[in-house]
Amino acid sequence: MTPQFLAETSRPGRLGYSHRRHLRERFIETLLLLMAFVSVAITLAIVVMLVKESLVFFQQVPVWDFLTDTQWTPLFDNAHYGILPLISGTLVSSAVALLVAIPLGTIIAIYLSEFAPFAVREIAKPFLEMLGGVPTVVYGYFALLFVTPLLQKIFPELPGFSLLSAGLVMGIMIIPYVSSMSEDAMRAVPMHIREGSYAMGATRFQTAIRVVIPAAFSGIAAAYILGISRAVGETMVVAVAAGMQPNLTWNPMEPAATITSYIVQVSLGDLPHGSIGYQTIFAAGLTLFLLTLTFNIIGHILRKRYREVY
Amino acid sequence: MVEDHIQGNVATDAASPQYKFEVKNLSFYYGTFNALKNINMLLHEKQVTALIGPSGCGKSTFLRCFNRMHDLYPGNRYVGDIILYPDNVNILSRNVDPIEVRMRISMVFQKPNPFPKSIYENVAYGLRVRGVRQRAILDEKVEEALRGAALWDEVKDRMNNLAFKLSGGQQQRLCIARALATDPEMLLFDEPTSALDPIATASIEELITDLKKKITILIVTHSMQQAARVSDYTAYMYLGELIEFGVTDAIFIKPKNKQTEDYITGRVG
Repeated sequence: MTPQFLAETSRPGRLGYSHRRHLRERFIETLLLLMAFVSVAITLAIVVMLVKESLVFFQQVPVWDFLTDTQWTPLFDNAHYGILPLISGTLVSSAVALLVAIPLGTIIAIYLSEFAPFAVREIAKPFLEMLGGVPTVVYGYFALLFVTPLLQKIFPELPGFSLLSAGLVMGIMIIPYVSSMSEDAMRAVPMHIREGSYAMGATRFQTAIRVVIPAAFSGIAAAYILGISRAVGETMVVAVAAGMQPNLTWNPMEPAATITSYIVQVSLGDLPHGSIGYQTIFAAGLTLFLLTLTFNIIGHILRKRYREVY
Repeated sequence: MVEDHIQGNVATDAASPQYKFEVKNLSFYYGTFNALKNINMLLHEKQVTALIGPSGCGKSTFLRCFNRMHDLYPGNRYVGDIILYPDNVNILSRNVDPIEVRMRISMVFQKPNPFPKSIYENVAYGLRVRGVRQRAILDEKVEEALRGAALWDEVKDRMNNLAFKLSGGQQQRLCIARALATDPEMLLFDEPTSALDPIATASIEELITDLKKKITILIVTHSMQQAARVSDYTAYMYLGELIEFGVTDAIFIKPKNKQTEDYITGRVG
């Protein structure tokens, strides 16, 4: 840039410093920072509230009992406050859901990204995304009134409420999250990497499995983690279809309560605020928060470790 | 499959024909766009043939016909033949599986494109795709290919490192090793040094000169000096047509065609 050119855009004759421009930039920057801070602040507020209310609970119930007692009966006369039954319900229903969502979601993603002709993809994607747009309570009743009777034809001993039925439907519900994020990750793999594989005589399938998936692994792992978080935090399906009896079991054929469905049950009930029974939902909520946080951290580590540079 | 392949190579050596490929009346269409127009030429076995010409002249399109890369995308159409000798088969025929073609003709791309795998697995890829599992065979082939690509000494102690950790020139030599590991009959180079610095370029060119003892090579290049340095035959293309084809020295010293002369002397392009 020549001085003549600068002279045209700035005040003539000198290289000045525009305070107005500088202030405007600072103002915009501050505004953006505030906006970004709102989401951080809300997260922090939630954590603070959970911890504060849980402390009230833990003043009356020892943490050790909370973590090791095998019964969760806070509303009974002989109250037990062991979170394990709720954790087992949550993990079993999530595991069933993930056994459905991860394989199916991955297969769909591979098909859409590597095999599907343009026209098929354009039609299939909106339908898949619609699956994610159905209200979860509808899925709950779908599980209770359609999937459970169907499963009972295969397993006659299956009770009317079960983790299996809720988990299966939850899995179907999560498929679009897993598939669309995985597909995005796979499609982001540059074409010249795929061509390298084809040029070596690989088939489409070999290319997808041996090259595209490893290249997209960080994104696919993120999709799985999102799916896990969704499953662990899902509420309505399990509240409707899994029964609400806390039950320490690893058998998906039994009814059980999850952390979320317990919170719903108590929040909607008529327990007086401030009572120990009411405080249990914060302790349960904190547990849930820590659980999803753990998964998110694992996801973050996986993503960093396997991040690919193309 | 690998055994078949090796026998195929031996047979080639025994017959030792002068020509590896004959391109007959080849035209190519991207949808309705006619990218190659009635090309005829002969590729000599174990010689380097360079394709030169300005951007968009169709030289990469032509190169990619040899391993049927165009089959990956819908709407592409070949007309005419590329006859592979000594098989005497038109590799563009509908009856020929493009995967079979790619099993025998390897390619090195413009930008180094290693896979997100270890150095070892990158080189072993073609063999794994062909179903080779025995560790001994893989080890032997990987070492042979890496030596062939003049990379062995630099990577032999870190075969399990990710290929991305190598420098650009090393990555390109890795891609050459990957292409060599399956004992191809022909290597296609699509501007293999355009993303590399002069030193890496020199090492790749040296390698190409070395490789032609064993393999037929077709190389697309933007650099006329490169064509002059590495090739035995040169084809000048312009707007999808083959303008002039002949022995490299003749093309560069005494082009018959005015267009070729203008391009080579820098008046066009």
